Amino acid sequence: MKVILDSKQIKQTLNELTDKIISDTPHNLNIAAIGIRSRGEILAQRLSSQLSKKLGKDIPFGTLDITLYRDDLNSPQGTEQPQVRTTEIGFDIDDKIIILVDDVLYTGRSTRAAMDALIDLGRPRAIKLAVLVDRAGREFPIQADYAGYKSDAEPSNLVQVNLVESDGKDEVTID
Amino acid sequence: MALIRKSKQFKWNRKHLLGLRDLSTEEITYILDTAKGFEEISTRSVKKAPPLRGKVVVNLFFEDSTRTRNSFALAANRLSADIIEFTKKDSSVSKGETLLDTAKNLEAMGIDIVVIRHSAGGAPKFLSRNINASVVNAGDGFCEHPTQGLLDVYTIRKKKQTLEGLKIAIVGDVAHSRVARSDMWAMTKLGAEVIFVAPPTLIPSKVSQLPVKVSYSLDEVIEKVDVINMLRIQFERLGGNPFPSIREYSHYFGLTVERMKRAKKDILVMHPGPINRGLEIESEVADGNNSVILEQVTNGLAVRMAVLFLVNQASAQKAVKK
Repeated sequence: MKVILDSKQIKQTLNELTDKIISDTPHNLNIAAIGIRSRGEILAQRLSSQLSKKLGKDIPFGTLDITLYRDDLNSPQGTEQPQVRTTEIGFDIDDKIIILVDDVLYTGRSTRAAMDALIDLGRPRAIKLAVLVDRAGREFPIQADYAGYKSDAEPSNLVQVNLVESDGKDEVTID
Repeated sequence: MALIRKSKQFKWNRKHLLGLRDLSTEEITYILDTAKGFEEISTRSVKKAPPLRGKVVVNLFFEDSTRTRNSFALAANRLSADIIEFTKKDSSVSKGETLLDTAKNLEAMGIDIVVIRHSAGGAPKFLSRNINASVVNAGDGFCEHPTQGLLDVYTIRKKKQTLEGLKIAIVGDVAHSRVARSDMWAMTKLGAEVIFVAPPTLIPSKVSQLPVKVSYSLDEVIEKVDVINMLRIQFERLGGNPFPSIREYSHYFGLTVERMKRAKKDILVMHPGPINRGLEIESEVADGNNSVILEQVTNGLAVRMAVLFLVNQASAQKAVKK
């Protein structure tokens, strides 16, 4: 097992992502961060608090549960049983720039599910994808707008994002 | 702050939901937790999600129903399933077709889930043994009405956080009530104490074998309970004269404004519907601040979505194993 990002590097990466989002987004537009359960939720919360601080205005954050939109629910390839959790988005997404946050972008399937789930909630002005780790192995035509660490891990590798809130420490490892 | 609940090893693997008697506490809790995720769908502008896309649900109702049938239909619709409505009146049952033949014929059209209500206890179980589709019991005889039991405990849990230690009275025609039975199983498994309250003629004959207490006086229990569930007198099922008159029944077992004055301030007033206003419950109470009767209906939708979702998941996974 190798550590590819330690706690300091994760902090720094999120900082860079925040700055990039701010420089890309016209000041008159409203941003909101929405994280994909489970670890995207934590990262979205961190991003929204950094964005709020730097922009001097409240950037709302929400949580998206994509279970009902997964493409493997009825497929023989779906092995584990996904548990349905709650989507908690306490604001109107219409006309906002939605920063969709996930820990790892890999096949692109979660992102597809998340976009479909978002569209059922309203019509955002734009959806931008921000991820901590951009891992090779896309199966769908989906790319990140804001990517932290780029990894060319093999399919046999396990890339694991650990965060303080869920796992007790900030660390990204590859195995 | 723990944002993530550590994923439990628990796995739902029931292809049918026939009753709550056989479910473990963990299984009931899992359904309730799952239902939480479905509540939000009904609050959006697009009130639909795709998990049952391409699946066919049949509402196979051999008895009348407003709430349950529509609730299952809407639940199936919101999960993007196609739904076939079957009622006894407009079907070949009136031409003498048996339950099994009806179901087999529907199955030959390629259905995935049968939601069945039948006056014969055990009909859903019988069906589940003879067809490949998932079977969900929407009420069988005096036996069970599992989704009503689930939505009742869901509603209580939402209001009181837990059922552990609560005292719950189920009042009225308990003998003819499948709701009372499903409620009893779900509530006691989740840690509540259940009291059946009715005149002796409306208490099930083998009540001593059930995990409940019995009282013949509503006045005796009204001050003690945290939740009161008022049942409708099922005139269509009553034989003989279980009580001298409706007025007398109402006098002793009706939930009146007067009785409510003696109840706990935060008592939850429930009713599975349909209500006979002025008989088992006064209008002021049914529409009052303690009443969660309409919330039960709303929650029923989320609970039924969860049930349809879960039986379909189990069914998909069983198919993989084969």
